[in-house]
Amino acid sequence: MAELKLRARACTRLCVSVPSDTAVLSKTQVNEDFQEELVIRPLHSGDIYASFQFRTVWETDFMKGNKVSHYRLFPKSLGQVISKFSVRELHISFTQGYWRTMQWGQPFIPSPPGAELWVWFQDSVTDVDATWKELTNVLSGIFCASLNFIDSTNTLQPSASFKPLGIGNETDHRFLRYATLPREIVCTENLTPWKKLLPCGSKAGLAVLLKSEKLFHSSFHSQSVHIRPVCQDRQCKSSSWELRQALNVVFDLHTSGQSKREWSLFKMFSRTLTEACPLASSSKIYIDVTDNPQEEQFELSPATPLLSQAVVLGDRRTFSVYDLTQQVTFGTVRSLNLMIRWKSSEGDMLRPLLHAERYVTGYGLQTGEIHTLMYNNHPFRSFPVLLLDSVPWYLRLYIHTLKVISKGKDNNPSYIHYQPSKDRERPHLLEMLLQLPPHSVTEVTVQFERALLKWTEYTPDPNHGFYVGSSVISSLVPSTVAMETNITMEQPLFSSFFPCKEESSYFARVYTEPLLVNLPTPDFSMPYNVICLTCTVVAVGYGSLYNLLTRSFQVEEPNPGLAKRIANVIRRMRGVPPL
Amino acid sequence: MGLLSDPNRRQALINLLTRLNAPICFVCYFAGVAWFMGLAFEPFTLRTYMSENAMGSTMVEERFPAGERALATGREFAAHKKKVGGMPVDWLVKTMQARGLEVFTQSFSRTLPFPDENTERYVVKGTNVYGILRAPRAPRTEALVLSAPCTPGDNNNQAVGLLLGLAHYFRNQVYWAKDIIFLVNEHDLIGMQAWLEGYHHTNVTGMDWSPLQGRGGSIQAALSLELSSDVVTSLDIVLEGLNGQLPNLDLANLFYAFCQKIGVLCTIQGKLQRSDWDSASGYNHAVQTMMLMVMKQASGRPWGDHGLFLRYHIEAATVKGVNSFRHYKTDLNAYSPITAGIYRLTRLHQSYFFYLLPSLSHFVSIGYYMPAFGLLAVILLLRALDLWVQLSAQPSRTEDGVSNPGVLSVLTPLVISHLTGAALYMLPVRFQEVAVEHFPVSETEAVVLTAIAVYTAGLALPHNTHRLLSGEGTEMGWRVLKLVALLYLAVLLGCTAVINFSLGFILALTLVPAAAYVTPHVPKALSAFFLVALSPACTLLFSVFFFQELQEMPVSFQDGWLLYLSVIAQGMLDHYLYGSLVFPLVALLVYPCWLLFWNILFWK
Repeated sequence: MAELKLRARACTRLCVSVPSDTAVLSKTQVNEDFQEELVIRPLHSGDIYASFQFRTVWETDFMKGNKVSHYRLFPKSLGQVISKFSVRELHISFTQGYWRTMQWGQPFIPSPPGAELWVWFQDSVTDVDATWKELTNVLSGIFCASLNFIDSTNTLQPSASFKPLGIGNETDHRFLRYATLPREIVCTENLTPWKKLLPCGSKAGLAVLLKSEKLFHSSFHSQSVHIRPVCQDRQCKSSSWELRQALNVVFDLHTSGQSKREWSLFKMFSRTLTEACPLASSSKIYIDVTDNPQEEQFELSPATPLLSQAVVLGDRRTFSVYDLTQQVTFGTVRSLNLMIRWKSSEGDMLRPLLHAERYVTGYGLQTGEIHTLMYNNHPFRSFPVLLLDSVPWYLRLYIHTLKVISKGKDNNPSYIHYQPSKDRERPHLLEMLLQLPPHSVTEVTVQFERALLKWTEYTPDPNHGFYVGSSVISSLVPSTVAMETNITMEQPLFSSFFPCKEESSYFARVYTEPLLVNLPTPDFSMPYNVICLTCTVVAVGYGSLYNLLTRSFQVEEPNPGLAKRIANVIRRMRGVPPL
Repeated sequence: MGLLSDPNRRQALINLLTRLNAPICFVCYFAGVAWFMGLAFEPFTLRTYMSENAMGSTMVEERFPAGERALATGREFAAHKKKVGGMPVDWLVKTMQARGLEVFTQSFSRTLPFPDENTERYVVKGTNVYGILRAPRAPRTEALVLSAPCTPGDNNNQAVGLLLGLAHYFRNQVYWAKDIIFLVNEHDLIGMQAWLEGYHHTNVTGMDWSPLQGRGGSIQAALSLELSSDVVTSLDIVLEGLNGQLPNLDLANLFYAFCQKIGVLCTIQGKLQRSDWDSASGYNHAVQTMMLMVMKQASGRPWGDHGLFLRYHIEAATVKGVNSFRHYKTDLNAYSPITAGIYRLTRLHQSYFFYLLPSLSHFVSIGYYMPAFGLLAVILLLRALDLWVQLSAQPSRTEDGVSNPGVLSVLTPLVISHLTGAALYMLPVRFQEVAVEHFPVSETEAVVLTAIAVYTAGLALPHNTHRLLSGEGTEMGWRVLKLVALLYLAVLLGCTAVINFSLGFILALTLVPAAAYVTPHVPKALSAFFLVALSPACTLLFSVFFFQELQEMPVSFQDGWLLYLSVIAQGMLDHYLYGSLVFPLVALLVYPCWLLFWNILFWK
């Protein structure tokens, strides 16, 4: 039996190939399964984190030329995309806001502000760039987003940071494309198509809570779609396609809670729950009560006898579980309105084991410096991180000024992949594998020069500035408890997204904040004046001055008479100086 | 240009210019001054208007219910300040945290090059406290700053109270698109400098600061509050920043628009605008307001905590609450919507960056005030042209008699006067210990008196120069030197005026007549007096008295002299602490240039 090796690892050393005989597929029966899940975690800061996950698993084969025409739970639009563009893995996220690691800890599924898209193509694809271009345009239509602005100037091929999360034996990064759009605004028009991908739409089940007027009244909103091939069982004899739709939202204690510090489903989503999605095989709500064993922090009602434990993000957490498929959950009023009443006051800042920040320094419009700070708050263990930095071409990095400093000393990266930019063609790509010493701050600095764009290249409102996407930090963070390495075992959805390889550490991805950089910008408010003035000054002023300065003046002789000219011609023929 | 390429007509034009040179220069000078004075006359100026469409003032909620609470917080802050005897850091951290902000502190220290006697500072140690209000669903790319200085004594407590009150009020609003940073800075400008340098990770002035832990992306705009009373009669906006930089005019327009809307009196330079522009007193009022702005801008110092933001291309202003003896008083409830309203700012870039304000409702743009300077500067060019013509005509007349003056005769005075300038820049601070040891003066006095001594010693220069020169100075020699000096001055003033119009204009006003007039053939004693009176140091002295006069606080000569000494010390401190460029400009360029003219006067 071949043991399945997954490669969600950031480190190249951990990537081991999978024997190809595991990818045997059987098409005897249509095997579909849909699960839905909501995790509510009362956060340390007093805010509430709600994370929805919907998973559709379908044992089918989109490849090998066979046309899949009968769709049941799996959305047809995405199925067609997979087969048409030979997609092996597709991850897309739309995020409005920045995840505050210092206050909220780690999210279940991290995502950068704006839109992020990364796709692994099958190795049968010959022209990856053309397929990618077409795919982004199609996805742009499906999700009503500006993904069509993804072109070669913001597309990357990371060599190590984004490994496939599903099964597969191809890790050649020629088939990987990664792009972010940090300026993308996420709103209702992106939520509606996302909801339409669900089997029950927003008609039944947990999805009835997804009302845009409340979801966009929050501190953080992120929605994502992840498609990947997964194993069917422990032996991994057959693989199936998994579609995961995740929606994370953080509600602000201050602006919505007002004076009363209490939360309920109705208050958060302006809806209560009455039923599970009839198509779902499992429909559960988990409330994180780890920090609240004796109800000293908050009070939860209605109470549930069901408790479950799960290992997630390197920590063993306890959850109260509400199973929506059981009628007893809804009680006599036939509706579930969970309530959380806070008792304690706001907590201090957290010290997450890994967090990062990034900023631009300096002043003026000529040069600047990008600082990326990575914190390892573990008291005694160091761990490796992979830093992926992508910078648009119009910030010209001086790579010789790249410095990595931890605890006042140079920290030499054990792996560096740098791809310089080409003007108007591709961005800078910098990937580094670094070891973060225990209890330290590692600072990566690199200087850049701001380019002067052509006047048609400026975005609308160029004075606002230009966005530089988030850095991505992928890491294996030491875990306090043994992680679950068997991914096929039945476990809650929120703990099974990143497959786990080792018991002693877990995979975490941290995104830094995007940057807003000002470039030297002409005064577009009066282009006509500028053009006219420049042309006039150059033509009239400089031109004639130059003329005056370079011309040598001499008194012009009156025109010689005809006789004299003829005489001169004759004299020249004779070789005598003319008159 | 056909006029110039035809040698005959060119000759005619040149003849005209050389023959009528002196009258044209006179006319230009008076026209320049008249033009400048005309700028304050209302019909000649433009009304202010909002250029940024996004900044309409209609969206503002005019009710801010927490005025009383802000005052109570201010009193609490005052009590804690008194108890701690400085900045109550712990209390501020706790209070900001209670309002739901992410709170961070920054400590800094700075040893001044010499003691500052005005504020009694020498070794400065302090802590800045700032809290960041994170905007919901914003990716931390943009931020706005609201700051209030923690000043010693009983000043500005209400400003801090208001700041915390606004923090509380803002926290409960949902419409923010940018992070808002609430900053309480200790030791006013020094703390602000430390914070800004920390935020942008630069170090231009050699200050020690601890790195910042929290940031909010690129800062788009900033507002600094100054308020020392529970009620206010009017609000004053201060715009002049470091090196005469000004924020975008839209910031002033916005402030004016809000004040109009809410019905609060607003002033600039502490002066209300008047409607009687056609009366003599109305015009006088406008001139006073504009002249105050010119004087403040020319000084190159930051006139409020906002002044240091401008270096980082952050539009900033200080809003002062004024409590004067007027009947109509408003409480803080009126003050706050203005700040709240201004906090919908985006990056302002549409309106003017170069302007003068004779009142809040009218402005003079760069296109209107530059001709005044141009008329003065053209005098230098006319004189240079005159000299050039004389020089090019001379060899033809005395073909064999006079040998051409060597490069040396021009270069030597240039080098020596610049060395004197360098000495004026370096010596005062370098030799303060020596001076304190040998003379019974304090460090600050030592620095200022050394500067004056070096300046005066520079006047003895001509005699020394001539001993160094190989031969006697020639008639040609001084003409060449003057030609060089004139062009040098023209370039210098032109560049200064583009960066800081007021400074350029004031320097031109005094230096241009001296430069145009001086030759070795004028009565020595009288001209020397005339030249000294028009030297940069005396310009500063006159400016001090004039500024006091404008502020309606005239001083006696004795007090004026003391003020003058402290202004010199302040100017130097501004340079060393915040990187103001006026002192090096005067010491390294303007003063040497003036010395060249002094040299010409004593040419032998």
